[in-house]
Amino acid sequence: MTALRMAAFVLGAVLLQSVLSRLGGGTLADLVLVAVVSVALLHGRLAGLAAGTAAGLLQDALGGGILGLSGLGKSVAGYLTGVAGTQFIVTQWMSRGLVFLGASLFTSLLFVGLSALLGLRRYANPLPEIALQAAINAAAGVLLFYVIEFMPTAREWWSAVLERRRKRRYH
Amino acid sequence: MARPDTGTRARALLVVVVVGHVLLISAQVGTAAGPTLLRTAVVSVVTEAQEASWLVVGGVRSVWDAYAALRGVRENNAKLARENTDLRVQLQQARANAAGADEMRALLELRPHLPWKTTGADIVAGSISPDFRGITIDKGLSEGITRDMPVISPAGVVGRVALPAGRTATVQFIVDRSAAVAVRIDRSRTEGIALGNGDGTLRLEYLSATADIQAGDLVVTAGIDGVYPPGLAVGEVGRVERAGQAYRAVTIRPFVDFSRLETVLVLVAPTPVWAPPVPVPAAKAAK
Repeated sequence: MTALRMAAFVLGAVLLQSVLSRLGGGTLADLVLVAVVSVALLHGRLAGLAAGTAAGLLQDALGGGILGLSGLGKSVAGYLTGVAGTQFIVTQWMSRGLVFLGASLFTSLLFVGLSALLGLRRYANPLPEIALQAAINAAAGVLLFYVIEFMPTAREWWSAVLERRRKRRYH
Repeated sequence: MARPDTGTRARALLVVVVVGHVLLISAQVGTAAGPTLLRTAVVSVVTEAQEASWLVVGGVRSVWDAYAALRGVRENNAKLARENTDLRVQLQQARANAAGADEMRALLELRPHLPWKTTGADIVAGSISPDFRGITIDKGLSEGITRDMPVISPAGVVGRVALPAGRTATVQFIVDRSAAVAVRIDRSRTEGIALGNGDGTLRLEYLSATADIQAGDLVVTAGIDGVYPPGLAVGEVGRVERAGQAYRAVTIRPFVDFSRLETVLVLVAPTPVWAPPVPVPAAKAAK
């Protein structure tokens, strides 16, 4: 995946999150974080760091709050996920789910902690919401990896279909 | 082929990014002015893409809605006719009350209400962060929209303009975790501050211990926060729970369905305030 493809991937997640938000499910999942963690798992810590920084700052810029609040968590989460991806074998659905879960919990707790520390937001009991969002993010991440892994097979299958059609036309 | 990243280089980059973020956050905390130019540029560019993506999804949704609307249209017509009759009666009552209020106003020599100046705006995008509850509208600085202008819908208060850009503006919902509205219970005239819970509801705080509040009470803006004018419908009291001897947890259900908003109104006129008559000095009055 080139840098341009990665940027398009993250921007796609941003647009999808925007649509989800308009449909009323914006607080359920953070698809931008799912994209950042996926990039980090596929391409390592530097790619994760860059994707996290760009995506987080974009979310902050469009959210009207303090710039850097989401960016900080997503940058560090992207980097740490990249490190985890190189240090451990993250190929099974459960290990992937755990990585997404951990990254989501880390990002949310950092955001809530910083917001509370700076007096920007009030949280009565944020833990259930954070846990639910982390679980949904983990499910979305595992599903996304199934799709990513299925893509080469789908491409081969589609090529075979086209080849068969071409042969039928000539014979 | 790309050069493999060494551990030292990657760690150094992480430190630079983290320190950069901390400095960026520190520079904004406690100051009103942020990096507006950067934000304005980012908002302008991304909003176009968001608008395009919503056109696709919105198209599919409107086709489905049109199909769903056809079902049960007769029952809806009958229900609307009944509601229309009720509303006509209520309108007449309101007119009668307004006439009485005009007389009272004349008696008290108060200045009349300024008419509202509003501008309609379409919603072009939803929020891209789960931590921010808001929308982007298609009116911005070029249409005279400025920060903190109230945004309403026919159902009630939507929120305030948080970040105006060139042709668009970001609106923060009243249910966002960092939003607050000064409100009043319409029945008992009790005032308090409604704070967003982030989950689509608000909670009422800074209430007096003896405040008279019941579930179902209408909640309107109090007009003392410098953002929202008085009398705008916010929602109704959902739950009132005792939490200790002097404290009560009051939840407000907003009237606005934030997931079904299509267009909104921005109140662009200055907040009208009821002003008492200017007192005339005794000497001047004697002359």
